[in-house]
Amino acid sequence: MIRFIAVRLLQSIIALFGIMVMVFFLVRASGNPIDIIQSPTWSPEMRENVQKQLGLDKSYAEQFVIYLRNFISGDFGKSFMQDRPVIVMIGEALPNTLKLGLPSFFIGMFLALALGVLAATRRDTILDNGVKFVAVLGQALPGFWVAILAVIIFSVHWELLPAQGMDTPLNYVLPVGTMVFFMLPGMMRLVRSSMLDVLDSEYIKLARIKGLPERIVIWKHALRNALISPLTTAGMIFAGIIGGAIMTENIFNWPGMGRLALGSTVARDFPVVQTITILVAVMVLLMNLIVDITYAYVDPQIRFEKT
Amino acid sequence: MQTITTAVKTKKQYRGVTRWGRIARNLGMILPVIIILGLVVIAIFANFLAPYAYDKIDMRARFAPPVWMEGGSSAHLLGTDALGRDVLSRMIWGGRVSLSVSLLVIFITAAIGTLMGITAGYLGGRIDSLLMRIVDIAMSFPGLLLAMLLSVGIGPGFHTVVIALSALGWAGYARLVRGEALRLRNSDFVAQARVIGASPWRIMLKHIFPNVLNPLIVIMTMAVGMMILAESGMSYLGIGIPPPMPSWGSMVADGRNFLDSAWWISLFPGICIGLVVLSGNFLGDWLRDKMDPRLRQL
Amino acid sequence: MSNIVLQVEDLHTSFFTRMGEVKAVDGVSFFVREGETLGIVGESGCGKTVTGLSILRLLPEPGGQIVGGKIIMEGKNLLELSKKHMRAYRGKMISMILQDPMTSLNPVYPVGDQIGESVRLHQDLPENMVEAEVISALRLLRIPAPEIRMKEYPFQLSGGMRQRAVGAIAMSCRPHLLIADEPTTALDATIQAQYIALFEDIQAKTNVAIIFITHDFGVISRICDRVGVMYAGKIVETAPTRDIFKAPKHPYTSALIHSVPRLDRKDDRLYSIEGQPPSLLFLPAGCRFCPRCTVALDICKEQEPPEVKISENHSVSCWRVK
Repeated sequence: MIRFIAVRLLQSIIALFGIMVMVFFLVRASGNPIDIIQSPTWSPEMRENVQKQLGLDKSYAEQFVIYLRNFISGDFGKSFMQDRPVIVMIGEALPNTLKLGLPSFFIGMFLALALGVLAATRRDTILDNGVKFVAVLGQALPGFWVAILAVIIFSVHWELLPAQGMDTPLNYVLPVGTMVFFMLPGMMRLVRSSMLDVLDSEYIKLARIKGLPERIVIWKHALRNALISPLTTAGMIFAGIIGGAIMTENIFNWPGMGRLALGSTVARDFPVVQTITILVAVMVLLMNLIVDITYAYVDPQIRFEKT
Repeated sequence: MQTITTAVKTKKQYRGVTRWGRIARNLGMILPVIIILGLVVIAIFANFLAPYAYDKIDMRARFAPPVWMEGGSSAHLLGTDALGRDVLSRMIWGGRVSLSVSLLVIFITAAIGTLMGITAGYLGGRIDSLLMRIVDIAMSFPGLLLAMLLSVGIGPGFHTVVIALSALGWAGYARLVRGEALRLRNSDFVAQARVIGASPWRIMLKHIFPNVLNPLIVIMTMAVGMMILAESGMSYLGIGIPPPMPSWGSMVADGRNFLDSAWWISLFPGICIGLVVLSGNFLGDWLRDKMDPRLRQL
Repeated sequence: MSNIVLQVEDLHTSFFTRMGEVKAVDGVSFFVREGETLGIVGESGCGKTVTGLSILRLLPEPGGQIVGGKIIMEGKNLLELSKKHMRAYRGKMISMILQDPMTSLNPVYPVGDQIGESVRLHQDLPENMVEAEVISALRLLRIPAPEIRMKEYPFQLSGGMRQRAVGAIAMSCRPHLLIADEPTTALDATIQAQYIALFEDIQAKTNVAIIFITHDFGVISRICDRVGVMYAGKIVETAPTRDIFKAPKHPYTSALIHSVPRLDRKDDRLYSIEGQPPSLLFLPAGCRFCPRCTVALDICKEQEPPEVKISENHSVSCWRVK
């Protein structure tokens, strides 16, 4: 298993390098960035100055090397718009994203698990059909639209819940609810179908033949096998949350990574966008690695290095 | 005679066998088809169907409500927005944009994904591992972020949206097709082709690909809805189709600040998106039942 | 003669599908005694597996339901028991072996754990005795080095070993009835003989009654004392094994036996029965085998033949037999 992990780790690092190269060149794809940020009031000398300052006068290859070196030493550059180190801006935004993302993730996963399993074990009942209905609707309706609807109903019309700000726990209800809405249908559906597959298998039949109580059949035997495949998706969702729940943060004006990324995109402040993207890429690769390791642990064939 | 016991049950009415069940199901099939066909018609004939140009500004008719409400007129059936632009016309044009993006992306991603998938599945080994790692990463990377990066890099526009959606979208196809290719690789007719000396490319093209078509078509149909959802999400955030060309997503964004007063600006485009996506999904489900029940997940 | 362990009377089991009621088991009766092996033989889809599952009341839901009949085990009608009561029977009084050993075993737990689970459930033993029981079950199935094997995972065992492990789970609580559903189908021919000999051995040691479901006549001849032949949801003939082979009375039975290729006979073509079994959704009015029967009478098309007892142990359902 050690070898397995080592190989995956190496692959991840190579992948990260590849992504950094791609990001770097993508960002500069439309030409010299100086053209974007320059103001018409600048004189040619000013333009040259700024260019030198930002290191944009060097060849792309040189720029990349400098970037790489800086990256490794933790220097992620400065925002063009705010003239502050990107790392500081991220440092401010990240905790806010986590405050929103972590509770949403855990609530969402818990609900998806509970509902998915319940739906699978009570096939064709009202619960199952309800779950299927919510899943279909949740995946079809545009999330941002539903969130807006929620804002109209709960915030404007009934004035129950606030739609802005972060102060009170009540402030969290709508944003967290929205994020859970985004992740619930897909996950629920996955858990349900995975569970259904497992429940059909021969060893579950055998467990029942042994006379085991249904509750043990499901929670001990079925679940352990059924969770293996939704695990990957859960990892992906988690990585995505770190990237900032872009949509949700936009709707509720939540000062997190998502809003930072979006704002920087619109303003074409690419050091910020670049850094956030690479950070998210790291998270994604890390999550993939963790999921792989978990698979290795759960699947005895890999654990004992059977050829 | 003993009365029937706990284990012996009398015949239960099974859903779908009843007459009402069947009628409901048939109806359920026709509606989505109508909606999707309607969308295609609208997309093709947008010029003729839309009463106004999508960017015709009329400041005297701002915030006109839909025709059935007080203050509404038949001049603007679904009302107007903040700039007096006709909501119905913009929705029609938006339909064309959304559908075009969707179809274009689907074909590109299906093509790339199928190529990668068949290659990985059939050739196996190192190539397979490599390609699948790429697929893993592509599938777990947040698409919106990449879209933002591209927007910064090459500027907003129709082409940016297509590239952004295509850049990661092929991964799902690749994974599916690879699964099928793996399965088919071990089948007898492939072995036969190998025995008579056919080259790997020929086998992939002539034998594996036709068998992959069925599940592929099902996925492509369901992707229509997904792509429209993705594109409208991007447009909503402002990194999708740039103005003045309308997109259902950007229309929802336009109406965001007037939810309590001119709610129709956001509501109708949103309903449209939902309807089209639902129809696409149902159509895909139906196709799947007909063509490849193995994909059944619900 | 030894006691009857299980008596099935007029069992009806159906599947309710979108297209209607599929009568998988349509009036089946048989019995098994202590220490006896009853074979149930028939083509795929004739209802033999469903019969086995019905005895355990483990039909796939939704859709599968027992709609009539009695299943009496040692005095009690199993169909009258509450779900909880029935569960107590499973594993302890009745046990089952499934066809494919690889999928029968849970891949993430060691084999010993899976046997132990059964032991812990049905027997009230202190912990240290559980392990002894597990080893004893493994020994009963002639698995060498049981102390080592019990810690291994299913993928570490060969196909034959896995099937024995499944057997160990089934026999761990010394049930009174064992239902074996095509256990040899997934095994190599070379191992089959060993495995069958194992059954004889186990039966001799524990006096368990065995219902052996199969389509393989070779296996039947080796291990079964009596045989029931099933076709399209009904049993068409029941007899001691020797009589089935020497003097089959039902046309289907003789056709089946005739279609088994033999080394000592020189046939130019392999014999097969013309036609297909009827769809269980749309059953013909008369005898179900009639469309494929080479010696059918007129009455066969119109009415289903009743069961006739030719001798003490031999019954047939055929209009040609009075």
